Amino acid sequence: MAYVAVKGGEDAIAHAHAWLAEARRGDPAVPELSVAQIGQQLGLAVDRVMAEGSCHDRGLAALAIKQARGDLIEAAFLLRAYRTTLPRFGASAPLDTAAMLVRRRISATYKDLPGGQVLGPTFDYTHRLLDFALEAEGAPPPEPAPEAEADGAPMPRVSGILAQEGLMAAEPASEAPPGDLTREPLAFPADRPLRLQALARGDEGFLLALGYSTQRGYGNAHPFVGEIRVGEVAVGLTPPELGFEISIGDITVTECGMVNQFAGSKTEPPQFTRGYGLVFGHGERKAMAMALVDRSLRAAELGEEAAAPAQSPEFVLYHCDNVDATGFVEHLKLPHYVDFQSELEKIRTLRATADAAQREAAE
Amino acid sequence: MSTAGAPLLEAEGLTLRFGAIPALEEVALSIWPGEVVAIVGESGSGKTTLLRVLSGLVRPERGTVRYHGADGAVRDVHGMAESRRRLLHRTEWGFVHQNPRDGLRMGVSAGGNVGERLMAVGARHYGSIRAEAAAWLRRVEIDPARMDEVPTRFSGGMQQRLQIARTLVTRPRLVFMDEPTGGLDVSVQARLLDMLRGLVADLDLAVLIVTHDIAAARLLAHRMLVMRHGRVVEQGLTDRVLDDPQHPYTQLLVSSVLAA
Amino acid sequence: MTIAAGYNFGYLDEATKRMIRRAILKAVAIPGHQVPFGSREMPLPYGWGTGGIQVTASVIGPDDVLKVIDQGADDTTNAVSIRRFFAKVAGVATTGRTAEATLIQTRHRIPETPLREGQILVYQVPMPEPLFRLEPRVAETQRMHALADYGLMHVKLYEDIARYGHVAISYNYPVMVNRRYLMAPSPIPAFDNPKMDRMPALQLFGAGREKRIYAVPPHTEVRSLDFEDHPFVPIRADAACSLCGSRDTYLDEIVTDDRGGRRFICSDTDWCASRREEGR
Repeated sequence: MAYVAVKGGEDAIAHAHAWLAEARRGDPAVPELSVAQIGQQLGLAVDRVMAEGSCHDRGLAALAIKQARGDLIEAAFLLRAYRTTLPRFGASAPLDTAAMLVRRRISATYKDLPGGQVLGPTFDYTHRLLDFALEAEGAPPPEPAPEAEADGAPMPRVSGILAQEGLMAAEPASEAPPGDLTREPLAFPADRPLRLQALARGDEGFLLALGYSTQRGYGNAHPFVGEIRVGEVAVGLTPPELGFEISIGDITVTECGMVNQFAGSKTEPPQFTRGYGLVFGHGERKAMAMALVDRSLRAAELGEEAAAPAQSPEFVLYHCDNVDATGFVEHLKLPHYVDFQSELEKIRTLRATADAAQREAAE
Repeated sequence: MSTAGAPLLEAEGLTLRFGAIPALEEVALSIWPGEVVAIVGESGSGKTTLLRVLSGLVRPERGTVRYHGADGAVRDVHGMAESRRRLLHRTEWGFVHQNPRDGLRMGVSAGGNVGERLMAVGARHYGSIRAEAAAWLRRVEIDPARMDEVPTRFSGGMQQRLQIARTLVTRPRLVFMDEPTGGLDVSVQARLLDMLRGLVADLDLAVLIVTHDIAAARLLAHRMLVMRHGRVVEQGLTDRVLDDPQHPYTQLLVSSVLAA
Repeated sequence: MTIAAGYNFGYLDEATKRMIRRAILKAVAIPGHQVPFGSREMPLPYGWGTGGIQVTASVIGPDDVLKVIDQGADDTTNAVSIRRFFAKVAGVATTGRTAEATLIQTRHRIPETPLREGQILVYQVPMPEPLFRLEPRVAETQRMHALADYGLMHVKLYEDIARYGHVAISYNYPVMVNRRYLMAPSPIPAFDNPKMDRMPALQLFGAGREKRIYAVPPHTEVRSLDFEDHPFVPIRADAACSLCGSRDTYLDEIVTDDRGGRRFICSDTDWCASRREEGR
C-alpha cells in the first residue's frame, strides 16, 4: 500500500537529493575529482558543454560536468540556466578567424596551401587500441611534443582562395545586427545568421546524424572540407563609454568551411557554395556536422529540391536544441495521472461500443 | 483497328477480396490489338483494382491474365518473373496514372521524363533522345522550349500530357489508363480527351481505360464493361451499351449522365 | 618486422578472415555486385578505410609486399597510418614502389604505373551504392540492381548534359561492369576510370561502414557511362607536373600564395619520383 496517496513528496525529494549527492561523490575511498582536473583532463567534454550551453567559461562548464556526474546534456542545461541570469552589457565584434592563432589547420581540398597544413593535437591518425599504460597512475607527464617556430605566414581561408578565382559563391554582406535566439523566439523563415546561431548551440549528436544523412543521399550533399582550423581568437568589444574597440580576451574556437559542389544553372555558372560551422572550444565533429547541415538548410534558397529532413529548417531548428529536447522527452516521467485517467475511460467506452457492434453483427 | 487473330490480353476468373469485401468476382475480359476498352462504374466498383490486376501490379486470389507478347509468346502475367514484368512495363506496356505525380519524376526535367523510357530500352544518343523528346512534347501540345523545366512548374493538364508523352514515347502496344482526366477541370478534360483520341488512332494503340466519366468512355472506347460490386454486369460495343443499356445499374448510370 | 603481441596475423581472427574471403569469392564470381559482409569494428574510424583494411587483412600473407596510398601518395597521413598498422599487425614488407608491391591498398587513386597480373588493388569505399544520390532507400536500389533497371542513372546523365552541357560528375563516376552491374568505382577521379577496364590485376572494393564488398576480376570490361554523342572524357588539370614535367598524369593543385599563385604536381608520388630518377 506504500504507493497510495503519495503525500510524502517533500521527504521523498529530500531523500532522493541526498542519494544523488552520494552517488555523485561515489566511493569516498576514491579521491574526489577537482574542477581543475576536469578542466585539464576532460577538456573536450568541457568544450562540448560550453558549446551546447552557449556560454564560454571553462571553469563553470567543468563545475557543471562535475555536478551533472558527467551527463553532458545535463551539464549544458546547468550552464544555460546560469547563463540566462547574467546581465548583458554588450555584443562583441565579429570574430576574425583569419587572424586566429592556429593550433590545428587542415584542408582536404589542397595538398598544400599558404600557411601549410598543421596537424595539431588530433585523434585522426591514432590506432584505436586501448592504451592500458594509461591505467597506471602516477606516471610522469609525457615528454613535450617537438615544437616548430611559428613562421608567422598568413593563413588565408580556403573559401577566400576559391572566391578569388570566382569559383565560390559570394555571401551577401550585411551590416544588420543578427537576431538573438536567447532573447527572441525562433520564427520562420529563419535567416542564415539565426540558423547558424541555433546550430552552434545545437546538439552534437543530432547534428552529426543529420549531417551524416546528407552524405548518404538524404539531401544530396557533395561536401569537401575546405578547411578546419582550431585556435585562439581575440574577442573585441566596443564599450559605449570608450567608443573604440578593445580586446577583452582570447577564446578557443573551431571553424569549419565546407566546400560544396555545383549549384548554378544555364543562367548562373556552376560554382561552389559554402557550408559553415563554428563552435566554442575544440569541437571538429560538431563544427563539421554544423557546416553540412548549414549547407543543406540552404537548399531551398539555392533552388535545389528540398525533401530530406536535413533540408527542412523547421525540422532541424526546432529539434536541434538538446535542452529543449531533453526537457520534453524527459517530462514524460512527470505525473500524467489525470490525462491518463480520462484516456482509460475513453478506451473502455470505445471497446464497449466495438464489442456491442460485433455481437450485433454475429447475431 | 488492326485485326490480328489473337487477343493481346486475356483474363479469366479474376477474383480478389479485401477482407470481407469482394473487389473482383469472376471477372473475364479480352482486349485485341488496336482496341480501346473502357471499364466504367462508380467508385468502389472494383474498376481500378481490375486495372491493377490486369497490369500485374496486384495479384488476384484466383484467375489468370495472359499476355500475347510482340515475340509471339503467350505468358501468364502473374506467373512471370518480376524482371520480365518490369521490362514489359518499360517497353510493350504503358501505365497512365490518375495523378501525374505518380507517373512522373517531379525533380527531373520534362525532357528527361520523356527520355527516360527511351534510355531504358537502350537509346544512348543524347541528340536523338532529345529530338525525340521534343517531338513528343510538341505532339502533346507542350512547348519544346520548356523541355528543361521540371514538371512542378506545369499546370495539372500539362503534367498529365507530359505523363502521356512519357508513356507513349516507346510506342507501347498496350496502355493502361486509370482515370486519366480525373483531377482536371472540365475544359481541360475535353482538350485532353480530344488529344488522346488522336494519339490512340495514330499509334494504333490498344488501351484499357478506367473511368467513371461516361462521356469520356463514349468518346474514346470501342467497347465498354460496366462494373458493380466487383462484377462485370454488362459489356458490349460502346454505342450499344450507352444507347440500349440492358442491366438496371447501367440504365441508372446512363440516365444519371443524361440528367446531369 | 615482428607481429604485435596479443594480435593474430593481420589483426582479424581467422574465422573473420574466412568470412570476408567468402564474401570476396562471391564478389569475384559476380563482377560489380555488392556482397554484404559482417564488417567488424576496426581500430581506425569508419571513413578512414576500414573496408579496405578488412579486405587487405583477409588476403594478405607473410610474403606479400604492401603499398598503401591515399590521394595517390605514400606519404599522406592516412596512408602512413595504415601502412604502419599492417607493418605492426602482419609484419609484412612495405614499399612505395607500385611495381614491387603485390598488394596495394588505395584511397581515391589508381597508380599511374600499369598494374600486372598477380597484383591486387584494394579500394577503400565510402559509399558502395552508385545510385544512392538518386535513390537513398537501399531496399529499392537492391531491386534496381536485381532487375538491371538503371534508367535513373541515365536520366541523371541526361539532366547534367541538358543543364551544364556536360556530365557534372568528376569523381566516383559510375561504371558498368561486365555489361551487367552498375558500380561505384569509389571516389577516384574520373581520370582513373579507363585504367579499370580489362585491368590484369584483381580489383577488390571494401566498404566497412556500409558493410559491402565488391570486385572486378582481372581482364573484365569496365565502361564509364556516357552517350554516343557525349562520350566519356577523363578530366585532368591542363598543366605539366612542376617536378617531373609529366603531361599525362593526374595532378594535384598546390596553392602557393593568396594572390592566385598555383603550381601542379603529380598526385602519384611513386610515379613522379621514378620519372625524376630516370631523367637523371
